Amino acid sequence: MAWELDSDRPIYLQIADIMESGIISGRYKPGEKLPSVRELAVEAGVTPNTVQRSYAELEKRGLVNTRRTSGRIVTQDENILKETRRSMAQEQIELFLNKMKELGFSSEEIRAIMDEFLEEGGKKNERE
Amino acid sequence: MNGNENILTAEHLVKSYRGSHRAVDDCSFVIPRGHIVGLLGPNGCGKTTTIKMINGLLRPDEGEILIDGEKPGIATHAMVSYMPDRTFLDLDMKISSAIAFYADVFGDFNCGKAKEMRSELGLEEDAKLKELSKGMLEKLQLLLVMSRDAQLYVLDEPIGGVDPAARESILHSILNNSAENAAILISTHLIAEVENILDDVILMHSGHVVLQEPAEQLRAEKGKSVNSYFKEVFA
Repeated sequence: MAWELDSDRPIYLQIADIMESGIISGRYKPGEKLPSVRELAVEAGVTPNTVQRSYAELEKRGLVNTRRTSGRIVTQDENILKETRRSMAQEQIELFLNKMKELGFSSEEIRAIMDEFLEEGGKKNERE
Repeated sequence: MNGNENILTAEHLVKSYRGSHRAVDDCSFVIPRGHIVGLLGPNGCGKTTTIKMINGLLRPDEGEILIDGEKPGIATHAMVSYMPDRTFLDLDMKISSAIAFYADVFGDFNCGKAKEMRSELGLEEDAKLKELSKGMLEKLQLLLVMSRDAQLYVLDEPIGGVDPAARESILHSILNNSAENAAILISTHLIAEVENILDDVILMHSGHVVLQEPAEQLRAEKGKSVNSYFKEVFA
């Protein structure tokens, strides 16, 4: 099955973002070899030239290094991984906070609700 | 191979049927090496006429097509692998004999690739062509065409008239099996289905090339899919 991609936005960026999430979540580990351009193109259902651009974008973001002999490798630079992780979290939290403020919640309310939910989630995890 | 970055250039093509209606009217476009190009437009816009000129089945009234520097003819038949929009096979054959026939006719036919594709696409060697569903027949024709180590693959409506699952497997096969650095021209009116696999789009309407552009550039410029843009322009 080809990946679910949105044809309204540049596809190379969507693929770069999906691979970035894969790196941050640990699906692709630091130092691990990434799929070849052709493999990933077939998997995602896009042209190899698009994947080439996605990998160039990931190199620009510092997440991927190209080695002449061993292909493309996930970076082992912990600072870059930490920063990327942090900025992804920030992005998600900003989206969430904007939505909550739009709905009329104050910062105190949001904090209280978050504490409640995190606590419940914690208990749930302990039970499982 | 020369260093020319385009495998095909078409300049000011004109083709009229019976001297009256211009099916193709002053069309110019290029196909870059290693690119997947979509020739897109509604039925009757001139796509198949254009493709027949590329394959030397029709001669343009005016203008010129050059494929790796050659006019369509014997020299280009060896580099271009063409899938017509309707069945070109003798339906009394078995799948194995259709493959053997192709291997005989085309010097660049890659039997290993044909074997791989046959199992990938789920085609039984002993099945008779007339017993195949439309989707299966389409897959077999794709196998025959993609198994050649060609420089340019020309596919006329490869996903027309087949169900969505077969479409997905046909597109997957196209991506998986084209020769390295080869170019692919896919003609279709099913834009939404193919647009993600395209590098460039050529939009045709009423015999004219309205636009040739990288698909990603069109998305970035217009902020919408090639399909929505097309609908908007030709509604």
